[in-house]
Amino acid sequence: MIPELGHFALWLAVGVTLALGTVPLIGAQRGRADWMALARPATHVLLALILFAFFCLLASFVRNDFSVLNVASNSNSELPTMYRIAASWGSHEGSLMLWLLMQAGWAWAVAAFSRNLPLPMLARILSVMGLLTLSFLLFVLFTSNPFDRVFPVPLDGRDLNPQLQDPGMIFHPPMLYMGYVGLSVAFAFAVAALIGGNLDTQWARWSRPWTTVAWAFLTFGIALGSWWAYYELGWGGWWFWDAVENASFMPWLVATALIHSLAVAEKRGSFKNWTVLLAILGYSLALLGTFLVRSGVITSVHSFASDPARGAFILMMMGVTVAAALTLYAWRAPRIGLGARFGMLSRETMLLANNVLLIVAMAAVMLGTLYPLILDAFGLGKISVGPPYFNAVYVPIMAVLMFFMGVGPLSRWKNDSLPALAVRLRWAAGVAVVSAALTAWGSGGIGFGGFVGLLMAYWILYTVVAEIWDRVQPSAATALGGSTVWQRLGQLPRASVGMWVAHAGTAMFVFGVTMVSVYDIEKDVAMGMGESTTVRGYTFTYQGSRPVNGPNYEAIRGHLIVTRDGQQVSELYPEKRVYRVQRMPMTEAAIDTRWHGDLYVQMGEPLAQDKWLVRIWVKPFVTWIWIGCMFMGLGGIWAITDRRYRQRVTRSSTAPTGAAGAAV
Amino acid sequence: MKRLRFLWPLALFLGVVVLLFAGLGLNPREVPSPLIGKPAPAFALPKLHAPEQTIRRDDLLGKVWMLNVWASWCAPCQEEHPLVLDIAKRNLVAVYGLNYKDQGDAARRWLARLGDPYVATLVDADGRIGIDYGVYGVPETFIIDRQGQIRFKHTGPLTPDVLRTRIEPLLKELQGAG
Repeated sequence: MIPELGHFALWLAVGVTLALGTVPLIGAQRGRADWMALARPATHVLLALILFAFFCLLASFVRNDFSVLNVASNSNSELPTMYRIAASWGSHEGSLMLWLLMQAGWAWAVAAFSRNLPLPMLARILSVMGLLTLSFLLFVLFTSNPFDRVFPVPLDGRDLNPQLQDPGMIFHPPMLYMGYVGLSVAFAFAVAALIGGNLDTQWARWSRPWTTVAWAFLTFGIALGSWWAYYELGWGGWWFWDAVENASFMPWLVATALIHSLAVAEKRGSFKNWTVLLAILGYSLALLGTFLVRSGVITSVHSFASDPARGAFILMMMGVTVAAALTLYAWRAPRIGLGARFGMLSRETMLLANNVLLIVAMAAVMLGTLYPLILDAFGLGKISVGPPYFNAVYVPIMAVLMFFMGVGPLSRWKNDSLPALAVRLRWAAGVAVVSAALTAWGSGGIGFGGFVGLLMAYWILYTVVAEIWDRVQPSAATALGGSTVWQRLGQLPRASVGMWVAHAGTAMFVFGVTMVSVYDIEKDVAMGMGESTTVRGYTFTYQGSRPVNGPNYEAIRGHLIVTRDGQQVSELYPEKRVYRVQRMPMTEAAIDTRWHGDLYVQMGEPLAQDKWLVRIWVKPFVTWIWIGCMFMGLGGIWAITDRRYRQRVTRSSTAPTGAAGAAV
Repeated sequence: MKRLRFLWPLALFLGVVVLLFAGLGLNPREVPSPLIGKPAPAFALPKLHAPEQTIRRDDLLGKVWMLNVWASWCAPCQEEHPLVLDIAKRNLVAVYGLNYKDQGDAARRWLARLGDPYVATLVDADGRIGIDYGVYGVPETFIIDRQGQIRFKHTGPLTPDVLRTRIEPLLKELQGAG
């Protein structure tokens, strides 16, 4: 009965989104306040219905209702309850339910937290979100119903893929989907503004916090996924340039470009055309990612079971959504004003460079991801593009981007002079070169790649420090009150502080990536009882192994003691597991995470009676990669708590003049 | 005229959609190989674990064998590897590895870590033999019969399904015939 109720709720939701997608939109065009007023309550009803359906799915999993096909294929009575809950979004069908829930949740949030939006604008935004929800609802109902029954009812389920039985599965998909679907808010804002013809600085200010939140969630989601792959897959890497990873990375690059160009649109009224296009592109790429992952056009390590019917449906859905938005753009964009003029050397130019580089990076990733498909479509054969391509193309683009990332925030809006800019940057540049050289030398040798990576990390960090100093130094001509440095520090606007935190996070990320790529050590050793080996000062001693049983797997657990200078620093327990239902062997690496690097140990193959091949990595500063991402996301969240987003804004389309309001 | 440039994004997007639509009709794992039924291209390649020894195609005439193309940088190869180990363990067929565009150290470490199912691994460092065999992407798997003819080719990671429904019956047929 429960699955049928959930199925029914989805159909009711179709009715609600049909109303939401049409009535307020028409009302906004005709100036009917009563029609527009329907939008807000409709989103509440929509969220309630989809929450209900989602709980029906959860209940089927938790109650082990194997008469539901989705449960029978992805769960098992031995599966711990926590993973039964996570299994409800582990399958293709279930993950779409999660997507729907996020979509309805974002629509509800926009309705709830946009009290200061004019009614026609809000009505249009919610209508567009309603239509987007409708397309996903139809996709679920026609191709991927999670509530389908199976007969005869199996005695037990086929179990969740062992690789997904991990806490990462509980947090990673919801975070990532929050980000993907959050981009639909920026899309809806852009489309609504195109329809209404009110694409101005006010629009940029309204859509900025939403875009930033979506970007922050996307950042968290990708970082969590990367961290999960690092400790769960046991391959020692943290990014594989796999099609599915790329599918999440492309929207992230565009969203990053978008939050920066929105800054220009808000502050100076420039780049509006371009910003709208980016907002459309961001969500389009989220849809493209969905298509790539679920249609089977590209082979990937972790794609869903694919089905051409589904692929055709998503492609149609994406085609209609994006083509409609771009047609609207082609029709409306010629009337958008150009905004304030700016000089060759100005913060606008720097942010333009940022945008161009990010889009080039996105295009490079897209080319690499679609290249096999392009060749195939033209009958030129089938190939796969591996990490060598991506690293060769991607790293130089990023290095240039990092350079501008340091210069950008220190340059002035509208116009700047090269000598003045050079003065603001000179000590940051000098100290960065010295620090990078010292760090490289201290870590085991200066190579070109390592030096450049470290230089970029320090460059970003020191330019952030230089900018803070530029704002608070006693002689600064600043809008901040207070006379001492400390008083001024306390008054820095949250938007600026958020940016610095995010940029410093990027510095940490680059530092971690460089250190682990250049100075990572890997060693394979055959180890018997009591034997030991030393890697970079750490001595690993093998203490034997014993069998252990988990709730739904059997395992052999090794035991190693790690010492350094005679002191014990860690005990590690790597495992080799076999999951009972799917008979799938899995290695569970043992990782000791320390602030300056990880000790990573994995059981290889058994060689003889209690003699194992053990693989040992020492990975310097690897955790900084994910901590850096956390700082990026948190910086974004902090920035949107800025006062100017909370106050009720009065309608004005004049851009503030540059020099004083230098916050981004 | 000026308005036309705002149509560019739409045009570009429609191009991508057409491409994706074409892609939908293609199966990335199903590659029609012109080589099926043809003699396996000749080679003389060094062994991964004993580079001074070489193996030639003609050394393998007279037995049924499987050629599994892999590389240590290839993630899907790790995915299919348990199946290749399984094939070797069950003695279904003699499996030879072709280590494609890889570095010797990395390849040896990869095998040491994941297990070595191969009778011998041939090294194709510059991918020349891969071209002869029409390798589109790793992993790929070929089955060659006693007369040295290619009888089967699979692109992408092996799956239990392919093993059961395609490979095992074919091996039974080929090995039974002699």
